[in-house]
Amino acid sequence: MDIKKKEKPGWKTLPEFDVIVGGGTAKEFKTGDWRSERPIHIPEKCINCLTCFMYCPDSAVIVKDGKMMGFDYDYCKGCGICMHECPVKGKAIKMVSEKDAKKGCI
Amino acid sequence: MAKQDIVARTGNEAMAEAMRQINPDVVAAYPITPATEVVQIFASYVADGLVDTEFVPVESEHSAMSACIGSSAAGGRVMTGTSSQGLALMAEMVYIAAGLRLPIILADVNRALSSPINIHCDHSDTMMVRDSGWVQIFSENAQEAYDNMLQAVRIAETARIPVMVTTDGFIISHGMERIEILDDATAKAFVGVYKPKDYLLNFDRVLTLGAIDLQDYYFEHRMQLAEAMKNSKSVIMDVAKDYSKTAGRNYGLFELYKMEDAKFAIIAMGSTAGTTKFVIDGLRAKGLKVGLLKPRVFRPFPKDEIAAALKGLDAVAVMDRSDAVNGHEGPLAVEIKAALYDNGLNKPLINYIYGLGGREIKTEEIESIYSDLSEIAKGKKMDRVTYLGVRE
Repeated sequence: MDIKKKEKPGWKTLPEFDVIVGGGTAKEFKTGDWRSERPIHIPEKCINCLTCFMYCPDSAVIVKDGKMMGFDYDYCKGCGICMHECPVKGKAIKMVSEKDAKKGCI
Repeated sequence: MAKQDIVARTGNEAMAEAMRQINPDVVAAYPITPATEVVQIFASYVADGLVDTEFVPVESEHSAMSACIGSSAAGGRVMTGTSSQGLALMAEMVYIAAGLRLPIILADVNRALSSPINIHCDHSDTMMVRDSGWVQIFSENAQEAYDNMLQAVRIAETARIPVMVTTDGFIISHGMERIEILDDATAKAFVGVYKPKDYLLNFDRVLTLGAIDLQDYYFEHRMQLAEAMKNSKSVIMDVAKDYSKTAGRNYGLFELYKMEDAKFAIIAMGSTAGTTKFVIDGLRAKGLKVGLLKPRVFRPFPKDEIAAALKGLDAVAVMDRSDAVNGHEGPLAVEIKAALYDNGLNKPLINYIYGLGGREIKTEEIESIYSDLSEIAKGKKMDRVTYLGVRE
């Protein structure tokens, strides 16, 4: 079996001091994979107030032309703040367990 | 060589004086006996406008080192001071400072660790963080405390590794001595201007510091730290050479006192080394071939250099002013034995644990160690570890 690993730098070539050079590098590292619950957007109830967008600590709410479009699950950590802050009566966001979401029973 | 002022200073005053001349960007500190004066005197320099330093009076030592880490990462020259329980509370951040390779300077006034609670000298606080990745420099007196502080800045910034300079609590920190200090301009020229390669406030080269490092990279970064510690030895020697040219006082990894023809030697750090020199002078007058090896730098440990210096001896005594509580011997003895083993030297060596919690070490006790050594060399069996000065 030929396993081609991407060569990782050794201690002699790795930048010293635990430094990562360049800005915005968090984008390259998808951090949403340890979520236990995910938010589901319910467009019928949504009033596009974008409160969820303002509160999301991971900028995982997708907005286009002033409208709430759903979530970026690559970065959403499932904290549920969006659901908690949603001002709509009956909520336009619901939290579903990842297990159920992956099975398709949303 | 620069002209120097002769002044009367306690160890704490000497360290504060060095800090005034260094004029760091940030000092973040929390008071603790017997180190309080170092930062208290420095705070008065800030209040009097003698330095440009941002003084951060934090709410704990953990916060003190945290603020130092932030300031150093931002690109500043940063210093602090503490002792004993303060260093213990700081310990988590002490490791982080070293891991991030931030050249922070810490004045550590040695004091026993609780419990039982005690405010007096032993080296257990410094020994507690001996594996944290900091350079550790011990001082014998106020003069050395001053000189070591100035050199520490250069060492830290060149080797990119934090440095702690220690004095013995009360014995050095509160004892008034005659010391020589450089004029401000010479001291400033010696420490130079700090130009960090990478720092967080450099917006032309944006970077992340301290990212998570898991199985993939942690080992490589720790290896870099290990290598930096090893390399710091030559940095320490270079800085000492330069300091000798500036101040006329010579420093190395350790000091040898009357060792040329010595048959029996004591190895001791801090103020006890001074007391031992006094005892040696007395015994030499009686014709006894005794000497002293005083490690100045405990981290990095100058293993091979020390072993070479011990080669011709008949017997060696290692004095530990802290107990490793490991069921066998003190931390300095462990290092010395490893040094001898690696250099193929198997010679009679005994360990004395002494002076815990500020227990006085008397000249007669040091004399008794030399007579023990001559007995051991004749073949007398002795306990490998003696708790010297403890009541039975």
